[in-house]
Parts: sequence; C-alpha cells; structure tokens
Amino acid sequence: MSAAQLLEVMDLSVAIGAVRILKNVSLEVRAGEILGLVGASGSGKSMTARGIARLLPPTASCTGITRLNGQTLSSKSEAQMRAIRGRDIGMVFQEPMSALNPLMRIGDQVAETVRAHRQISDREAQHLAREMLDLVGLQGEKGALDRLPYELSGGQCQRVAIAMAVVLSPQFLIADEPTTALDVITQAQVLLLLQGLVRSRNMGMILVTHDLAVIAQLADRVAVMHQGEIVEQAPTAEILRRPRNAHSAALLAASELQPKRATTRDGGTPAVLQVRGIVREYPRRRTSLWHRPKPLRAVDGVSLSVYAGETIGLVGESGSGKSSLLRVILALERPQGGEVSLLGGALSSATGATLRRLRRSIQVVFQDPYGSFDPRWTVEQLIGEPFFLLSTPPSNVERRRKVAMVLEQVGLSAADAQRPPREFSGGERQRIAIARALITEPAVIAFDEAVSALDVLIRAQILALLADLAERLKVAYLFVSHDLNVIRAIADRVYVMQQGRIVEEGAAAAVFDSPRHAYTQALVAASPKLAIPGRLTEYLT
Amino acid sequence: MSSAARNLSLWSGAFITGAFVVVAAVAQFWTPYDPRVLSITDKLRPPSAQHWFGTDQLGRDVLSMIMQGAQTSVGVALVSVIIGMCVGVPLGLLSAARRGATDEIVMRGNDLIFAFPALLMAILITAVFGPGAINAIIAIGIFNIPVFARVTRAGALQQWIRDYTLAARVAGKDPLRISWEHILPNLLGLLVVQGAIQFSLGVIAEAGLSYVGLSAQPPIQSWGRMLNEAQTLTVLAPYLALFPGIAVLLFVLGLNLLGEGLRRRAGRSA
Repeated sequence: MSAAQLLEVMDLSVAIGAVRILKNVSLEVRAGEILGLVGASGSGKSMTARGIARLLPPTASCTGITRLNGQTLSSKSEAQMRAIRGRDIGMVFQEPMSALNPLMRIGDQVAETVRAHRQISDREAQHLAREMLDLVGLQGEKGALDRLPYELSGGQCQRVAIAMAVVLSPQFLIADEPTTALDVITQAQVLLLLQGLVRSRNMGMILVTHDLAVIAQLADRVAVMHQGEIVEQAPTAEILRRPRNAHSAALLAASELQPKRATTRDGGTPAVLQVRGIVREYPRRRTSLWHRPKPLRAVDGVSLSVYAGETIGLVGESGSGKSSLLRVILALERPQGGEVSLLGGALSSATGATLRRLRRSIQVVFQDPYGSFDPRWTVEQLIGEPFFLLSTPPSNVERRRKVAMVLEQVGLSAADAQRPPREFSGGERQRIAIARALITEPAVIAFDEAVSALDVLIRAQILALLADLAERLKVAYLFVSHDLNVIRAIADRVYVMQQGRIVEEGAAAAVFDSPRHAYTQALVAASPKLAIPGRLTEYLT
Repeated sequence: MSSAARNLSLWSGAFITGAFVVVAAVAQFWTPYDPRVLSITDKLRPPSAQHWFGTDQLGRDVLSMIMQGAQTSVGVALVSVIIGMCVGVPLGLLSAARRGATDEIVMRGNDLIFAFPALLMAILITAVFGPGAINAIIAIGIFNIPVFARVTRAGALQQWIRDYTLAARVAGKDPLRISWEHILPNLLGLLVVQGAIQFSLGVIAEAGLSYVGLSAQPPIQSWGRMLNEAQTLTVLAPYLALFPGIAVLLFVLGLNLLGEGLRRRAGRSA
C-alpha cells in the first residue's frame, strides 16, 4: 500500500458557464508526500484544490474522476462528501481568522468538529481537542482551550485551523495558501508544523501557493499550473534546477529575485529625508477608574536617513511599528518626540503652505491595489490629485499632458486616463498608484508593502519598473516590507525594526549575508529560500 | 427569481410613488371640483360617475380633497427629509472626519433627540408654536436629522479606513475637503435609500399630526384631517374614511417598496 497512490485525480475539468476554468487536470499524491501546486493568480490552482474536495461554486460543472484511498469521490453525493470532508480530507485556508467562529472558544470549536463526525461524549471530544491543540503547539498557552479567536495572533489562529483540519486524522490535507497572510517567522513555524504532521502521520498533502520559495522548502513534487492546465509536474529539486516548460521557467525567473547591486552614492551630499528620534505613542483603552493607562509606544526613538536616489528597505514583522513610523514620515500623524526633515525643511512640525510645499517632495504607494483609489474617479483625476499641492494648479491641457507622461513612464498608455480604476488589474492599479506618486516629481516615494498583494510574475514586473524609474528619475525610495527577498532585490541599505526600535542597519548585502542582531538572524533564517529544496531550517524549532 | 423580485419592488415602488407625485402636481392646477366650495345639497353622496369617491358631509368632492391632500403630504414629507439631510449629512461627515470630542458631542446630541418619542415631541412642538404645515415640517424634520447623521457617519467611517482617503491626505487635502470630494459622492446611494424610508415615515407622521389637527389648517386639505372628520360618520358614509386611508397606505407602501428596491440595487452594485 505504501507505494500506491493515496490521491488520484484524472482529467478533472471545471467550467463555469462557457468558461473552462480547469482543463483535464491529472495528478497523484502518495501517502507521506507533499505536492506543491503553483501558478500565477487565476491559473486554477485553488480551483483544483476545491474541485478535489468538491467545494465548487454551485454554478460550476465538473467532470473527471477523483479517487482517495480507493474510494471514488467524484461519484459521491453531497451528503456523503460532507462526511468525507473533515474525516478523510482536512482543509486549511489562507485567512485563519475567517475560518474560525469569532464567538466560540477554540477548544469548543475543535471539539465541535469531532462531534459533527463521530458519536462521542462531550468529555471525550474536549479531551481530543486538548490533545490536538497540544500537537499544533498551543500547549504552552495557559487556558488555550478557553480562549476566543480574537485573543490569538494570526499564526495561533492558523494553528487552531490546522488542529481542526487534522483532529479526525484525515489521510489527506489540502492547504490553500496557508501562510500567505502570516509574517515570515510565523510562516516558517506553520510550514514546519504542517510538514511534521504529514511526515509523522503519513498523510498526503496538496499545498497551494504562488510562492515558489515556500514550495522549495516543503514540497516533494511540484505541479505548475497555467490557465487551468498542469504544464509541468516533477520533483521539486528538478523543477528548481531546470524547468522544462516555459511557464515554469517564467515563474521561477520571477521568483528568483536577484539581489540588487548597491549603487554608490556621492559622499558629502546631505540626506533628502532625515528622521531623528521619532517617538509615536497611542493612548490605550482605560481599564482602571483611577489610573490613566500608560500609552502604547509604537515607535520608540527611531532615526534613519535617506539620501538622494537611494533605495532604503525597512523590514519588520507586523506590529513592529513600521506603519506607524511611515504615517509620521508622511506627516499624516504628529510624533510625540523627534523630528522628520525633508530637503532641509521640518516636515513633522510644518503647517499650512510650508506643509503643502514639503508634501510635494514625498509621496506614497499603498499595499492594496483595490482600496487605493476612489471608485468614482477616473485615472486622470486620481493621478492628478496631488496637483492640489501646487500653489498654482496647472491648466487642463498641462494637466492632461503631465498625466499622459507619467502613465507612459509606468508602462500604461495615455488613452487609459479616462477609464475608471475598476477596469484595471491589480498589477496595473499598482502602476497607476506609482504614477500618482510620481506626478509631483517627489524626491522620496514611500512604499507600504506595495508588492505584497501581487503574484510573483506581476511583482517581478513592478520591481523591474521601480528599479528603472529610480535609475532614470533619481528618486529615492523608502520601501517598507516584511518580505526579505523583496527588500534584498530592491534596497541599497536596510533598517530592521522590532518592537518600535531599529535593531540593525547597514548595506543590504551585509545585513542579509551576515546579520548581527538575533532578531535579524531569525528573520533571515525564517525567510523561505529557493535554493535549498525540501529543508526548513532547524533554527526555529 | 431574486433578480425579478428585486426589479418588481423597485419598479412597482417607483410607479406608485411617481403616481402620487404626479397627482400632487396636477392638483396644483386642476381638480375635478373646487374642494373649497361647499354644496350642502350634494352632501354625503356615495361614489358615482360625477363624484368618483363621493362627497363629504359638506358636499365637497372627496377625490379633489385627496388630490390636494397629496400635495400637503408630499410637501411636508419631502421638505422634512430635505431638512434632515441638509443638517444630518454634514454632521455625520464632520463626526466621521474629526472623530474625538466632535464625534462625541454630535453623536450624544443625536442620542438626546432619539431619546424622545418622535411623534409626541412633534405634537409638543406644534402645540407650543401653533398648528400649521410649517411647524409640522420643522417637527418632523428635526427627527430626521439624527437618522441621517448616523447613516452618514457609519458609511463615512467605512471609507475613512480605505487607502484612498490616506492618498488624498498625502495630496494635502484636509478632512473636510476629502469628505466633500471622496466620501460624500460614495455615500449618495446610501442616502437616497434612507431618504425614501424617511419620506414614508414623514407621510405617516404628517397624517398623524393632521389627524389630531396640528398640521396644515383649513382650507389646506390633508389626509389626516379627512380621516378625523370621517370618523364620526363611519356608519353613515364608510367611504369617507376608506379613500384617504387607502391613499396613506398605498403611498407609504410605494415608498417602502421603492426604498427596499433601491437598497437591494445599491447592495448589488457595491
């Protein structure tokens, strides 16, 4: 039995209306094996995972044969499938928070999963839930069973979701982007946990992700998808070494972010952006009638400098204070201490006309390509919005000419100016956001996780565009991200932030190749790498 | 099914509401008879070819009275909704834009108005300042203010967490300008829906106030007063109560259908 296939999928095709979403997908997974399913967004990888569990939208029509451990899933009724999901197939999804019931204690949630499938006493179910939460590494948590989802971090929630997926000892696990919403260190921990479970229980697993580096760390074999078809299927090491298919090669090339060669800067020029000793505190909710609570210090004495034309990376986990710092630098919030100066002007204390003048020199690109634009405005209006900062607004002709110019600079066409943002894809929207940031010819552009929501192919294009623009326009970037590989690819110098402080700074190559601070070392170790297939670092366990 | 049902409530609501508005507009220039002219010889005629809805105890044509009553009803409800929007929407925008103390003061002020039973307060206001259409409008309008303020604030807060408001601030725009340029246009759908709902509540409130004699005074016609006068004659001439009653019911139903249809349509496009 050990050599036999645990899961066999033959000619799985899915169509919604006339649109064929999956075309004859065939794959196999052995017991104890992890199959990585990769592809650009829209390539059908999630649909394949859902097709196997028969969790397709009601309008979809599905053909093909799916066999799990000898039983044919594709001929089962929906009622039978409901019993199989959870018992024979466990599932873990991207958003751990939305997978859990926010009003139910986590112990009860795990126990409920058990009782939905087995005739078992409440006591036994609770006992099993405790065992399972121990197994996924929540044993150290005092009273873990009694906690509610909002009391847990994203990583802990994902552990609970995994506990619910494996509590009935299914033979097969489907994980759809299980770590995409988590930061690097947590991601590494969750991946290790999944890998350990698959190995120790001899389960099979399909890991759906757009991140080849995650695949490289975890999967034994890889199936590459493109437009609903599997274009290549091979052992991980082989695909990483020499991909046979053009689409796999493109995916690999886009994932292999080349470390940037540091540009040399002229000595003696003053910094364009100088941040000195910034302190930013937020009031905490009052819990006592008599004592005012101590404020939460999100940014604690941070100093950094950005020189003309240079790209600075600011790295840190969620909650490290990066976003608060960025808001102070953009003069959206005032700091409680310290000073931000831009081109010699005191930005953090400026008001009125001075503030408007300084703001022209610093612009921003946000993470979410969908939330960054007013849906009712046209691209021209959106890109032209920062013209508000000019003391004399440009004439309509001038305005149109400038918008057309920046649109072309970011690789879009001037004809796009009259269209609304909803007609553009995520990558195109990020180009529009960059165009909006360029329109006032700023000295510094801040990027807040600006490529995190994009898939690898688009991400590579946007990074190439940014490198090109920096070269041509001599604009400096302040690039905030939790993704070390991205920072490595774009930054000349790096600041590492932890709990509101800068714990390490230096040239990108030096910081990533020989990190000195323990936190940087952990980040570098946890960051998934394409190069070492099938091995997560032991450092974290 | 759902799509057809959605269209049904939207279009039937729009049709009924539209019909009443047209009737009110026509009544400005023409009614079958002049409802101010009394004709005792024609009193209490049941519905007939000459008088479709019959005549009342003073011989006035009921159809003509209802047509002019529609004017009062539409006028009072519409103006009170406009008052509620003109004051409530800016307050809600301000509240969401400023947060902090401003928000607290505005919203607690809203709570204060909400704490009073609306109709009782309207009766108090009209009793103190004298009965009349203008005072009825003011009384109903005041109670529309907190409704619009809350709806606007809730919708605005959802937009303030979106990145485009941050982008606008980086472009140097202050919160009030952002409220005007970005937030308000995106709230219009929501406000139109709430407007339809408040309109129907306004029609009921106006009928209630005029029933107790605190809204429009004679010779201005109103459905509430027609109902009041018909009350003593229910046994003799039931149609006197029937037609104004149906008018109130149908108009409110139409407005509610319209509001529901608009709400679903807004939900679908969002």
